[in-house]
Amino acid sequence: MFPELNSILNSTPDSFKSSDFILVSDRRADASFLIHHHLSFYLRGLDHNVSGQGVSLAQAREKGQLVFLEGLKNSIGVILQEDTSQETQPLSYLRTPGAGLEGLFRFVERSVRQSGDGDAGESWGPPVLLIDDLSVLLSLGVSVGAILDFTLYCQATVCSELQGNMVILVRCEEEDADDDEEGSNLLRRGLVHQCNLALHVEGLPTGYCRDIHGQMEVWWRQGEETIYNQRKIFHFKVHDKGASFFARGTSSAVL
Amino acid sequence: MAAPCSNTLTSFQKKTRSKLVSIPGTRPSVQNGQLLVSSGVSSLDYSFFHFIGSLLVMEDRYDSYSRMLLKYFLAEGVVCGHELFLASARDHPDDIIEGQSQPSDPENPGTMKIAWRYQNQPKVQTALASSVRFGHYYDVSKTMEPELRQAAKCHSFYQLQETPVTTGSSPLPSPYHALLKSIQTVIRKEGFDGSTPQSKVRNVLRLGIHSLGSVLWGDDVCCKDNPAHCHALTTFLYILRGLLRTSLSVAMVTVPSHLIQNRAVMGRIIRLSDTAIALESFKGSEETNPLYKDYHGLLHVRQLPRLNCLSCEVPDTKDLAFKLKRKQFTIERLHLPPDLSETVSRVSKTELAAGCGTTAMGNKHLDF
Repeated sequence: MFPELNSILNSTPDSFKSSDFILVSDRRADASFLIHHHLSFYLRGLDHNVSGQGVSLAQAREKGQLVFLEGLKNSIGVILQEDTSQETQPLSYLRTPGAGLEGLFRFVERSVRQSGDGDAGESWGPPVLLIDDLSVLLSLGVSVGAILDFTLYCQATVCSELQGNMVILVRCEEEDADDDEEGSNLLRRGLVHQCNLALHVEGLPTGYCRDIHGQMEVWWRQGEETIYNQRKIFHFKVHDKGASFFARGTSSAVL
Repeated sequence: MAAPCSNTLTSFQKKTRSKLVSIPGTRPSVQNGQLLVSSGVSSLDYSFFHFIGSLLVMEDRYDSYSRMLLKYFLAEGVVCGHELFLASARDHPDDIIEGQSQPSDPENPGTMKIAWRYQNQPKVQTALASSVRFGHYYDVSKTMEPELRQAAKCHSFYQLQETPVTTGSSPLPSPYHALLKSIQTVIRKEGFDGSTPQSKVRNVLRLGIHSLGSVLWGDDVCCKDNPAHCHALTTFLYILRGLLRTSLSVAMVTVPSHLIQNRAVMGRIIRLSDTAIALESFKGSEETNPLYKDYHGLLHVRQLPRLNCLSCEVPDTKDLAFKLKRKQFTIERLHLPPDLSETVSRVSKTELAAGCGTTAMGNKHLDF
């Protein structure tokens, strides 16, 4: 979890906005460090006994806090063994990409509805859905329309009905004229239309820099407090233990 | 011999370090403890610091240097005692394996006479070499000795000799499906995924796949703008990545990317690999840039691996070029050669002559 990002987004693990759909995207850069931030942010919010640095994912999984669908490992069985058992229903899009993502949605729905009933009767609170990364589905043959349907269904269930949050990562290619019909840019445009908060990561327009790894654009949809959409740009640097964010021109290398 | 000091016995016992299995030909990364292997080209190892997961090589136009990289990769596997798996659709895998180079010692440039004032200066590192030797050198003018080659266990997959199998409900075309199944069978049978008990010594499986995506693999992504199988290659790479993540194996895949028209597909292919480099050879092009005269081509870095860590190591410079010397293939930083021509840093003689007045005409060769 990156404290500077918390202050930029004005949220802490103890108090964050619910029913939020956060879109994380990148273009020719890697925004997965932001997914890392959100994962530890929400786990920390659920369990106040988490100490200092680390959040243990294995423990969270054991306690039932974290439900993990590992698409990559499970997909081997679906495609090579042609496994059609019940457990592989979430990945049915691998067999028939044209049919859409209903199987995956049913799995998500089951998991988020169950999360309210923990083992010892403790409730973990509103669910959080994290997806890393949605654009891989495009590589596997699923259409943009099917993916947008899926996210809309998820938003209706997770955000509107269960007052939970959703964080989705989409990786884009360069804006290209021939990319219009079927592509990650079209997907991103559709998701920006659906989301409340968009974080977009790109490299610096002037090229590679060792001290500033890129720029992050934060876009807030208008809410109760603001009457217009807000947009801010920050620079960031990722290092081993985290990332630091700063206003443009205030990198420690420059000052 | 020091006397043992027995007075300070305690019951404290240092916990043994995590069970980092020592596998020949590998070493743990200092960043995150992941196992790294050498690609076979020491200067490539130095550029990227890691070889883990999959390396995508975008072929040069005549597939001469990418094929050479593949042979280096396999040769390194032979020398380290790794198991090999080679898949090809055009040349028979045995031909590729037989063409591997013989390992040799690195070339010794010998001491050169240099002005004493510069003797103590650190040498400019143009050829990329690490202080810690990891990997071997190969002499491309000699082929590997048969005894050495046959000592390595090698599995091969030759697409043209495989019988097509109906794949039922798989979205992958038959050759890709068959290749993935073959890789999975080898991984399971030889225990690279940890499924067999620890009776055998752990080893690494090196996968080499030549010209993936070409028409001989039954894929039309290289010959059509809107291919019918536009997701076949990306799905293949996705599943291959899954197989690599769940086993002790690394892969080098060459792709004829110069034939792929669709840029979105190219971008996705790069994203689905851990590391991606592109080779651009000067052969056959009318490249007359004097900067390139010592080299045979450029090496472009398209993607660096970022596995299990937030940030990745970026090499100092991205301007890399390669050359094939008589015995060795090396990758170097692109740099200007020293300018040894006579006209450098000298004022033009006619300008000098004019400045001296009317008597300068006869003294053109004198420099003031």
